[in-house]
Amino acid sequence: MLDRGNIQTSEALVSIESLRVEFDTDGGVVVGVEDVSFSIMPRETVCVVGESGSGKSVTSLSLMRLVEFGGGQIARGSLRLTRPDGEVVDLARADPNFMRRIRGNEIGMIFQEPMTSLNPVFTIERQLTDGLAVHKGLRRDEARARAIQLLKSVRIPEPERRLTQYPHELSGGMRQRVVIAMAVACEPRLLIADEPTTALDVTIQAEILALIDRLKRENGMAVLFITHDMAVVAQMADRVVVMYRGRIVEQGPVTQIFEHPREDYTRMLLAAVPKLGEMRGTIAPEPMRTLDAKPRPAAPEASPKVKREALLEVKNLSTRFPVKGGVLRRTIANVHAVEDVSFSLNVGETLSLVGESGCGKSTCGRSILRLVEAHAGEIWLNGWEIRKLGAPELRAARREMQMIFQDPFASLNPYRRLRDQVAEPLVNFGLASGGELDDRIAKLFDRVELPRSFLRRYPHELSGGQRQRVAIARAIAPNPKLVIADEAVSALDVSVQAQVLNLLMELQADLGLSFLFISHDMAVVERISHHVGVMYLGRIVELGPRSAVLEDPRHPYTKALLSAVPIADPRNRRIHEKPNASLIPSPIFPPGHKPQRSTYDEVAPGHYVLQ
Amino acid sequence: MKRFISPKGIIGLALIILVILAAVLAPLVLPADFATRMSMSARLRPPSAAHWLGTDQLGRDLLYRVMLGGQTSLKIAGAAVVMSVILGLPIGLIAGYYRGHVDNLLMRLVDTLLSFPVLLLALTISAMLGPSLPNTIIAIGVAFSPFIARIIRGEALRVAQMPYVEAARAAGTNDLQMVLRHILPNIMPPIIVQATLSLAFAILAEAGLSFLGLGTQPPQSSWGLMIQASRDYLDVAPWTALVPGAAVAVTVLGLNMSGDILRDVFDPRAN
Repeated sequence: MLDRGNIQTSEALVSIESLRVEFDTDGGVVVGVEDVSFSIMPRETVCVVGESGSGKSVTSLSLMRLVEFGGGQIARGSLRLTRPDGEVVDLARADPNFMRRIRGNEIGMIFQEPMTSLNPVFTIERQLTDGLAVHKGLRRDEARARAIQLLKSVRIPEPERRLTQYPHELSGGMRQRVVIAMAVACEPRLLIADEPTTALDVTIQAEILALIDRLKRENGMAVLFITHDMAVVAQMADRVVVMYRGRIVEQGPVTQIFEHPREDYTRMLLAAVPKLGEMRGTIAPEPMRTLDAKPRPAAPEASPKVKREALLEVKNLSTRFPVKGGVLRRTIANVHAVEDVSFSLNVGETLSLVGESGCGKSTCGRSILRLVEAHAGEIWLNGWEIRKLGAPELRAARREMQMIFQDPFASLNPYRRLRDQVAEPLVNFGLASGGELDDRIAKLFDRVELPRSFLRRYPHELSGGQRQRVAIARAIAPNPKLVIADEAVSALDVSVQAQVLNLLMELQADLGLSFLFISHDMAVVERISHHVGVMYLGRIVELGPRSAVLEDPRHPYTKALLSAVPIADPRNRRIHEKPNASLIPSPIFPPGHKPQRSTYDEVAPGHYVLQ
Repeated sequence: MKRFISPKGIIGLALIILVILAAVLAPLVLPADFATRMSMSARLRPPSAAHWLGTDQLGRDLLYRVMLGGQTSLKIAGAAVVMSVILGLPIGLIAGYYRGHVDNLLMRLVDTLLSFPVLLLALTISAMLGPSLPNTIIAIGVAFSPFIARIIRGEALRVAQMPYVEAARAAGTNDLQMVLRHILPNIMPPIIVQATLSLAFAILAEAGLSFLGLGTQPPQSSWGLMIQASRDYLDVAPWTALVPGAAVAVTVLGLNMSGDILRDVFDPRAN
C-alpha cells in the first residue's frame, strides 16, 4: 500500500527535534513554530499540511536555514541531516558556508510561485547550469549536456530550444518543471516542495504531482511536501504531519490520518474538504458538515421536477479584448475571451461555471454585470436586455445583480469603515437613510454572522474569511436577485471556505438568491451547484444538471478535468503521467477572424455537449 | 495596534513647531519699530549679548529679522504648495481615472511644463507677472504643479484598477462618488509625503527667487532676501548669511523628518 521502495537503512534522513523559531517584530517576539518534532526517512514522502499561519512553511525554511533571511531565528531545537557518507550534522548549528554546500546539493527546494521563482533575465540554460557549476564543478559543455538531460527527465518538449529561452516565454506549468529540474539537478537526497502546485491549474497540477512522484522513485529521493490541500496529501503522502498555529497536532501514516484521525482539528480539516464524488446520487446542493456545535444549516431546495422560471438568460455572448501593438498602437489581434456563450439560470438556483485559468469564466461574469463591455450577444435579466440599457437604467439594473470578488483583501477599500462599505449600495440606490440605514446594516452583519462591533472597524483588522463575509453582506444589501461569486472562496483556508459555502447556501435557501458561481475547484462546484457549465477557450463545452455533468461527462475536456482532480482517499491513488506535457492554447485571433458558432448535442434532457 | 512614533519624527515635528512658533510670535515679541530701527553704529556686529545673532549691514538685529522673515517664507511656501496641489490634483486624478486620450492630452501638457527646469519656470512666470507676494506664490505653485500631477496620476492609475473600485462600480457608484470616496482617500499618503517635500523645496525656491530679485521685495524681509543682501559682506560678516541659511536648513530638515509621521496620521492601518 505504501510505496516505500527499497529502504537501505532504518536511520532517518532528516530528524527535526523540538524546533522553535521566533520572529522579531514591532509588536514583540512572535513564535512561528513551537516544539516541532518529526523525521523523514529516506525515500519517503512526508506531507506537512495546515492552514495559513500553521507554520508549515517556516518549518521547511528552517531546515534550509532560509528562515533567517526572512527575519526568523532558530531559538531552540535541532535539525539533524544524515549525509551521504553517513555523517550526521545538526543544520541548526551549521555555519553559512556549510549550508551553501547543502542547499541545492543535498537538499533541493521548489517554491509556490513558478512565475517568480525564476530570474527573468537569465536564460533557462543559465538557471540550470549555475547550480551544477557551483556544486559539481562541471565545465560548460558538460553542464549543458546535463541540463538537456534534466529537461528531458522533466518531460519538457524540445529541450534544446528551451535552453536559449527566457522564463517569460514558458507557461506556468513549464516554468515549474524547470524549477523542479533545477532542484534535482545535483541529485539531492531530499526535495522540499512548498505548495508547488497551488498556483497551477488542476490538469497541470496532476502532471506536476506525477512528475515529482516519478523523480522520487527514479532518484531515490525523500520528499517533504507542504500543502493545504488534503486531497493532494492523500495522493502523495506516505506519512502526514498536521500543523496548527505553529504546533504539530497529529502525525502518522497517511491511511491512519485519513481513516482514524485522533485529534479534533484533524477531523475538522478532513470534514471541511469537499471531496469530488461524495454528492453522487443527490440532486440539490448540500451544506458541508462542520464540526462545531451549530445546527445543520438550511439547504437550498432541489429542483428536479419543478420547472423553475429562468431569472437570467444569456444568449450568444461574446467578449473580446484588443491586443495593441506596433508603432501606431493599432489593434493587431483580439483575445476571444468569451465566445458564443449561452446559458440560463433559474430563480433560487446555482449555476457554476468551471474551467481552468484563461477559459473566460470570470470575463463572462464581468460581461453580465457590464464591468466589461461584451462584443455581441444578449443578456436578459428581469425583462431587461442588459446590454442595451443606458447609463441610468443600468444603475437601476445593478440593484438586481451584485458580485463577490475573489480577493477578500483587495475587494474592500482599506480607508473606509466596514459599515460604510456595506452601506454603499443602499446609499447609491437611495434605498435607505438615517436610522433605517443603520438598522439594515446591523441586520446584515447579523445575517453573515459577524459581531456588530465590526461595524466600526477597518478591513485590515479582519481575517480573510471575515472580510469575505463583509463582501457578502455588501452584495446582498440591495436585495439583488442574482449574485455572481467570482472565485469567492478560492483564496480562503479550507475550514473557512466550508463556513462561507454554508453561508451562501443558507442565504440562497432564505432569500431565494440565484448564484452564478465561478470557480476552478470541481469539488466545491459539486457541493454548491444545481447546474454546471464547463468552459474551455471561451466556449461552454458542456452544460447541464450537476449530477449529469459530473457523473456522466461526455465532452473530452470535461473528462480530462475530472480525472485530473486529486481524490482525498489514500487508498485510491491515480497519479500517472500522460505522455505529453499539455499546453493550453490561447484564444488569440487576427482582427477579421469570424469564429464558428457553438452548436450543441442534447445527450440527455437539459444536458448539452459542444460538438 | 500600537502606533510606532520614531524619534526622528518627533525631532522633526519639534523643529517645525519651533520654526512656526518663532514666525507666529514674531510680531508680538518684537518691538514695534524694529523694521525701521537701524543703527549705523551697530552695523555688522557679530553675535553678542545685546544682539543674540548679530546685526546686518543696516544695523538691524538679525534674530528679529530672521523671525519675521520666517513669516514671509513660510507663508509663501505654504500657499505655493497648496496652489500646486489645487492645480495638479484634478489634472492627475482625471488623467489617471479616465485614461486613454484624456490621459494622453493632459500628460503632454504636463510634460511641456516639466521640460523646463523648475526654478527657471518659476523665474519666468514671476518676471512675467511682476514681483509681488501673490505673484511669487503663483509662480512657485504653477512650477511645482506638474510634479504633483504626475505622482497623482500614477497613484490614481493604480487605485483605479483595484477590485474595490470595481466592486463599488457594481454597487452603483458613479464617477464623482468613486473619485471622492474611493480614489482620493487611497492616494492621500503619497500626496502628503510629496506635499511636505514640496514645502521644503518651495522655501528654497522662494529663497532663490528673492535672491535673484524677483521674489519678496524690501522692506519686507524673507530668508532669501537676507541671504542675497549678505552677499557683499561674506568676508567680513559671514553670520549675516549663516543665520538665514541655518533657518532654511532647519526648516527643511524638520519637514523631511516629520514627513513619515504626517503620512501615518492619515492612515487607519497605522493607528
